[in-house]
Amino acid sequence: MNTTLESPPPVKDLAGAAEKSRGKRLTIALAGNPNAGKTTLFNTLTGLRQKVANYAGVTVERKEGVWPLVPGGQAPARLIDLPGLYSLDAASLDEKIARDVLTGQIAGLPAPDIIVAVVDATNLERNLYLATQLLEYGRPLVIALTMIDLAERRDIEIDVERLAGELGVPVIPVVASQRRGIDALSAAIIELAGKTGAGPGWRLSETAEQELSSLAEHAGVRHARHAVLRDLYGEELPADTERRAAVERARARLSAADQNWWQEPLLARYDWIEQVTARCVRQTGNQHQRPTATERIDRILTHRLFGPLVLILIMLLVFQTIFSWASLPMDLIDRGFGTLGELVRAQMSPGLLTDLLVDGIIAGVGGVLVFLPQILLLFFFITILEDTGYMARAAFLMDRLMRGVGLHGKAFMPLLSSFACAIPGIMATRTIENPKDRFATIMIAPFMSCSARLPVYALLIAAFFSTQKVLGFVSVGALMIVSMYMLGIAVAVCVAWVLKHTILKAPPPPLVLEMPPYRVPNLLTVAQAVWSRAWLFVRRAGTVILAISIILWALVTFPRATTTHTASAPAVDSTSAVNQGTQEGLGDETGEQIRNSFAGRAGRLIEPLIAPLGFDWKMGIGLISSFAARETLVSTFSIVYNVGPDEEEGSPSLIEAVRDARRPDGSPAWTPLVAVSMMVFFVLACQCMSTVAVVRRETNSWRWPLFMVSYMLVLAYVASLVTFQGGRLLGFT
Amino acid sequence: MIPFQKTLNDSSLAHLPVGVQARVIAISGSTAVARRLMEMGVVPGAPVRVIKTAPLGDPMEIRVRGYHLALRRTEAQTITVTAVTD
Repeated sequence: MNTTLESPPPVKDLAGAAEKSRGKRLTIALAGNPNAGKTTLFNTLTGLRQKVANYAGVTVERKEGVWPLVPGGQAPARLIDLPGLYSLDAASLDEKIARDVLTGQIAGLPAPDIIVAVVDATNLERNLYLATQLLEYGRPLVIALTMIDLAERRDIEIDVERLAGELGVPVIPVVASQRRGIDALSAAIIELAGKTGAGPGWRLSETAEQELSSLAEHAGVRHARHAVLRDLYGEELPADTERRAAVERARARLSAADQNWWQEPLLARYDWIEQVTARCVRQTGNQHQRPTATERIDRILTHRLFGPLVLILIMLLVFQTIFSWASLPMDLIDRGFGTLGELVRAQMSPGLLTDLLVDGIIAGVGGVLVFLPQILLLFFFITILEDTGYMARAAFLMDRLMRGVGLHGKAFMPLLSSFACAIPGIMATRTIENPKDRFATIMIAPFMSCSARLPVYALLIAAFFSTQKVLGFVSVGALMIVSMYMLGIAVAVCVAWVLKHTILKAPPPPLVLEMPPYRVPNLLTVAQAVWSRAWLFVRRAGTVILAISIILWALVTFPRATTTHTASAPAVDSTSAVNQGTQEGLGDETGEQIRNSFAGRAGRLIEPLIAPLGFDWKMGIGLISSFAARETLVSTFSIVYNVGPDEEEGSPSLIEAVRDARRPDGSPAWTPLVAVSMMVFFVLACQCMSTVAVVRRETNSWRWPLFMVSYMLVLAYVASLVTFQGGRLLGFT
Repeated sequence: MIPFQKTLNDSSLAHLPVGVQARVIAISGSTAVARRLMEMGVVPGAPVRVIKTAPLGDPMEIRVRGYHLALRRTEAQTITVTAVTD
């Protein structure tokens, strides 16, 4: 083997070189094709010394870590992990961000001192395309050759030294998961710090080169070759009017000679890459003629018949697991917060502050954190599906169906993620190149029943449906939940179709999607992905939900009703019947208190509007508060129906309270039909401030989030109205 | 720039039977899609082979430069290929 893994890494000069570079903190960027092994390398280099944030204005993840370079070194480097990209001529938002970081166009982030190009040894030619562009760019460059063990297994022999010679930059073979080649990579970087990079190794035709050199010396300014190349061949024209005119003239001359003139640099790069690899890469043996493991797996997983079958099975398994495995930890969290509430109430003297802590903060935040296990599990599965390479297969299988409504196979993944939470789903749309397709996907993502709707479904179904069975084994409750998911999907399909044929009209988007080889997911990578996404959720519970809980508690508590038990006594009497479980007499007071509180007044204000849907003013309070976040409906009902904080969703007392709630005329406030109407409303309405905020950030305008909230509200209202009134006409109660 | 002569065997990639080894002759179509295809290594001269089509007949999976790529028939139609016999 020519790969130099076995030879000792050149560590002898490390200390001295580290000494030289002391005081200057290097910024290093990791760039590479998707699936080239970038994230694994990043995790190996930084360990847990990393943080995830977002680039300003967009939801593209910005991953940064500290790389010591030398164990115990004085000047650890700042390592930036970039989204995967195939080319510096960026097509998607992800790629644009990566390019802008590499070329130093992000405000507050200087161009990296050194770029590490992560190159997959099993897929050398295509991976070298980006590396070639980076060479042209001229920054100091090191190539980390990954997947070298897989290449060996496939009898691909790479002469690493010769490759380095041909490219003019260090090439370091690494196996990140085994920490092989890491020291050599550090040494190469320390060696390279402060030096300029090598130039490109390819030329264009005489005519094109002439245009390049005349543009390079334009208007008394000397432009670098990579900049001229981008001006002449890039998608965007230069901003400066005079230069733009010169570039346009050059383009006109070139296109007059050859209509495919713009392909020239692409062909030249691949020509050069082929020459380089012809000298450095040898395919020995006949391994390459045998089908790879991936091809054999795909015989099943993308099979005409078994492929879709397996996809359905995987989805079923994921959802079944989320519902069954999560119930135990959810109970524990629920009880934990209940106990905490009791403890606080026992320790503190009764009063407003205690009420705020127990009824507002602990009940509100606890009611949301209960869903953490479900969200962790869903993110876990989605990350596994992504990291193994299965998501690309799902897109491949689903593309034809998705195209039927004008969407992209790549929209499947964001929509699947949205079943956990629309926020990561909307963030995942950034891999869709065309903005119109991306916006259409964003607009329908909130229809996927997210985990925040689950407690609402769970509460209402437990109260009104779960006991009956259909066909002897499927409970009506399970059937109802599935129907709600289906309703969301069906409406999403219709809306997507309408959007793609009206305001987001565009030809069917192209699909050019790499089907990466299957890989065993790296546990650290999965853990980190799950953790960072879950953290987002917890932070939301700690901020938005906390704030809403406090506000809601205040709205229900104030103004304090001092002159109670007078005018509206009959109504109160009937309400108090609800609260047999609570202390005698207190029910009256609390009922009256809520009725006259700010929240109660707001609920009664919208009552005429929501009465046709079957809702009363108490449900109105829930609806209003749930526009901040759906799951607050449950905690709101806990407060409105005077159930203690220890009794969250699924607990008998809240269910009892909902069942026993009465209207002023003494009839039950809730019927199965009202419950269905409420669930339909929750399927369709965009009741989530965080989603609105993310859409605002992602589309960079207020127009789209406002449009989304309004049309979804209209849809929800109409659907709920049809459900309730239609149901009554059909004789349901 | 176009060293590969057109022959009678030329067809679009969309009509290339599964399993037949072929070579790319030219790429037409919109600049954005053609550019992306070429950046991914589908350039004139590159060997390609159709691996399979998706259950509903579209998209299709091809092998190029040692990796697998999925693309729709509409995109495949813009790629002219010639079958290689060896």
